[in-house]
Amino acid sequence: MGLPISHVLLVTGLLLMLIGLWGVFAHRNILRIIIGFSIFNTGIHIVMVATGYVTDGTAPIIDRALPVGEAVRRAVDPIPAALVVTAIVIGFSVTAVMLAYAVRLHQARKTLSIDAFTESKW
Amino acid sequence: MRRLFGAIAVLLFGVVLSGVATGYVERIAPSELARRYLAEVPLDLGAANVVTGILITYRGFDTLGEVAVLFMVAATVGLLLGAETRGTSVASRPEPRPPSELVSNGAEIVLPVIFLFGVYVIANGHLSAGGGFQGGAVVASAVGLMVLARPSIGLDHGFLSVAESLAGVLYVTVGILGLVLAGGFLDSRFLPHGALGAFVSAGAIPLISALLGIKVGAELSVIIDRFRS
Repeated sequence: MGLPISHVLLVTGLLLMLIGLWGVFAHRNILRIIIGFSIFNTGIHIVMVATGYVTDGTAPIIDRALPVGEAVRRAVDPIPAALVVTAIVIGFSVTAVMLAYAVRLHQARKTLSIDAFTESKW
Repeated sequence: MRRLFGAIAVLLFGVVLSGVATGYVERIAPSELARRYLAEVPLDLGAANVVTGILITYRGFDTLGEVAVLFMVAATVGLLLGAETRGTSVASRPEPRPPSELVSNGAEIVLPVIFLFGVYVIANGHLSAGGGFQGGAVVASAVGLMVLARPSIGLDHGFLSVAESLAGVLYVTVGILGLVLAGGFLDSRFLPHGALGAFVSAGAIPLISALLGIKVGAELSVIIDRFRS
């Protein structure tokens, strides 16, 4: 059978987290740092959804293929999915605020390099 | 030097996360709480989509908080980006480049379909994958495309904020109705269940979904429009 599908998802999510982290650490351009945060965020979402998978489970939506009685046995865990919907909205909000600050910082210094902002550096 | 420290930090994170990856075992059965949700959402709430039932009824208060976060972000972005537009005069800016033919023609064909799909996702949140947040995001993406295709178009902020506040007030009112007529705040069971899987079913969940969709769509559209100026 090979690797279970949720394991592939989990490893993909963890790798995305590392890529995002590297983007945050290695780049000096604020927009690239924000993109790094977004990738990190997406990786966490994928990890959360992957941990909700149950072997041979299907989507927790009741229809002809999944009668009410069988849902408890055959559906995946719906709780991580519900939490990730919340997390996606919060991630969007954080990204929007970061981008708004980036616009303001660019207006102040006419550059997006993080090296130009040294006031709060010790 | 800085990159070296970054690489070391990423490497250490990689060691920690690889422990997570190697220690992970796929679950055989859902947790106790999940089994309870899977059994109760269809029978108790009448919603076919268990995730929507959890989001809108069992974790309804959490969803209200989430909508409040979105509202705060719209206000923050307005505060951060609204102040400078008064400072710099519009005349000093270079003439905006017109959108490419691909974008403007594509938008004409795709826009109505995206709006329709957004409404479909909102209205069917209790039956299939979707719901107020997802549909609202789809509608807002259509607004984003519209803004790209016609840069001169002005969104009516007054209308958007009235729609958003009205949806918010009605959402809280529905929540209080649940408190009075059913088990608690945002309890959707004060309207009849209907048949499982029918379009009009699941108590107040479709109503709450529609209100959430309007609110989220309006808020995200305002945020997109703020970045345009």
